[in-house]
Amino acid sequence: MNAPARTLSGADGLKRLSVATPDQPLRLDSGRTLENVEIAYETWGELNADKSNVVIVCHALTGDQFAASPNPVTGRPAWWDLVVGPGLPVDTDRFFVICSNVLGGCMGSTGPASRKPDGTYWGTDFPVITIADMVRAQIALLDRLDIENVFLAIGGSIGGMQVLEWTVQARDRVFAAIPIAVAARQSAQNIGFYETGRQAIMADPNWRNGNYLAEGVRPERGLAVARMAAHITYVSESALKRKFDRRLQDRTTKTFGFDADFQIESYLRHQGQTFVDRFDANSYLYITRAMDYFDIAAEHGGVLGNAFKGLHTRFCVFSFSTDWHYAPEENRQIVRALNAAGCETSYVNIETDKGHDAFFVEEPEFWAGLRGFIDAAASARGLQKRSAT
Amino acid sequence: MTATTAPGIRRADHITISKFINRGDLVLDVGCGDGQLMELLQHDRGARTRGLEVEQTGVNRCVAKGLAVVQGNADDDLPVYPDDAFDEAILSKTIQELARPKFVLDELSRIARRVIVSFRNYGHWRVRTALLTTGRIPNLGHDVGWWSDGARRPCTARDMAELADQAGLSISAATAVSGKPVNGKSLGRLNWTAEELVFVLERKVKR
Repeated sequence: MNAPARTLSGADGLKRLSVATPDQPLRLDSGRTLENVEIAYETWGELNADKSNVVIVCHALTGDQFAASPNPVTGRPAWWDLVVGPGLPVDTDRFFVICSNVLGGCMGSTGPASRKPDGTYWGTDFPVITIADMVRAQIALLDRLDIENVFLAIGGSIGGMQVLEWTVQARDRVFAAIPIAVAARQSAQNIGFYETGRQAIMADPNWRNGNYLAEGVRPERGLAVARMAAHITYVSESALKRKFDRRLQDRTTKTFGFDADFQIESYLRHQGQTFVDRFDANSYLYITRAMDYFDIAAEHGGVLGNAFKGLHTRFCVFSFSTDWHYAPEENRQIVRALNAAGCETSYVNIETDKGHDAFFVEEPEFWAGLRGFIDAAASARGLQKRSAT
Repeated sequence: MTATTAPGIRRADHITISKFINRGDLVLDVGCGDGQLMELLQHDRGARTRGLEVEQTGVNRCVAKGLAVVQGNADDDLPVYPDDAFDEAILSKTIQELARPKFVLDELSRIARRVIVSFRNYGHWRVRTALLTTGRIPNLGHDVGWWSDGARRPCTARDMAELADQAGLSISAATAVSGKPVNGKSLGRLNWTAEELVFVLERKVKR
């Protein structure tokens, strides 16, 4: 349990750009500023001559910038290679795709696991950040890449929050937006689930008030429990029943003990254990906190439609019928607000038993919808399909 | 504007409706199905279209074709649209299947300058004759019976005119599908002769 902390800045092969300096600090919603911010990112495809083919992919809570190629640090496969790639709905033969690790993340971007200028770890000295702060850092990254306009912003879950925030913050710099399985405000239920996870992390004696990296330990048990609790919300009851029901794990009878008798227990334990190898516990605290604070309407006079008023961005919202993390009704509220604001809006609720995580897995109806919307938007934007050569 | 292919088979009432749509109009198709009318209006009339459809399969087909369609139903989702958001709102063979036709018409006349409805006319002479001779209302559109879920509301041209009047709308054009437009005084004749009708409705009191 004393695995050394991964070096998150330095010669790890991750692509990074500095997006804030003491001269040009990043101003945060909390009122604090960050004077040194690096954002780690990955790109696929080629930027066209008039820079009109840029796609921003926003990753979810535990994701990273490796949407379409394997993560060289963890060795894990790309997390969205069913959607982003050559000939796929987000076609890397046609678009220049950028995915960056969120501010506060732990895959190369500045966050609680990176070091302050004085060489010590940020830990819980890191300022509490918001979704808007994450998007601010992404916009700064685009500025550094000398890119003005975004053809498409796309992402699910907290990635969908970033997509919504992109359209509101960058206004008409975003031509099309696809928020997936998301809400315009974090529900009390979700705040509750994530608070449970945070408490599990902070109750781990190895958390050491957030200073575990300096002390050479990691709150792995707490982080694993946080992941287990959250993971239940990402899958549907019907899928759990189909995959596990009450079946026993590698045994024929109950042990009358607290071993993982049931397959579901074994599955969740595995989810928790594999998660701690690749994720920083403090990052989990900060990113979930950013989700809790997310409420677009509250920042626009309590009326969600006001946030989108006058936008020329075209939207396509997707929800999944058995998602109870961000239920279809929460997505519909976004759609109603977009309609009320007069935005060009499509909305598809995909029938599936795969729950919130449906956007990561095989879901042909979802892909067909993505493809149709993106292709229509691309031709409206004047982006030609690259002819087969 | 949007890349859609020319539709194959065209519904007669869609063609009749399309004649009332002008280039550049912003049109809401309520109950847009798989988007045939929207494609026709974009392709032939140069209109900008939005759709509302309750069935998932229709919505998916529309979005896969690049049409801007929202999954939802007229009863819940119309009130969020702002006043005068559209040039036209269309109910193509939809109004007789709504749970609350008066409410929907009220809402559509608020959010669009004109409302265009196409519907089956139960005042047609063949329907009247059949009712007289068999004692039953024909062509309800459902094999199961008049009591089945979502069974159509049988109404005539005059009945529809009454609803329009109740909703504060006047009939600015009435035409038999595949027929020539006639003025309001000929409604009685249309009510005898047209199996399917298109009404163009406008607010009696202009805003």
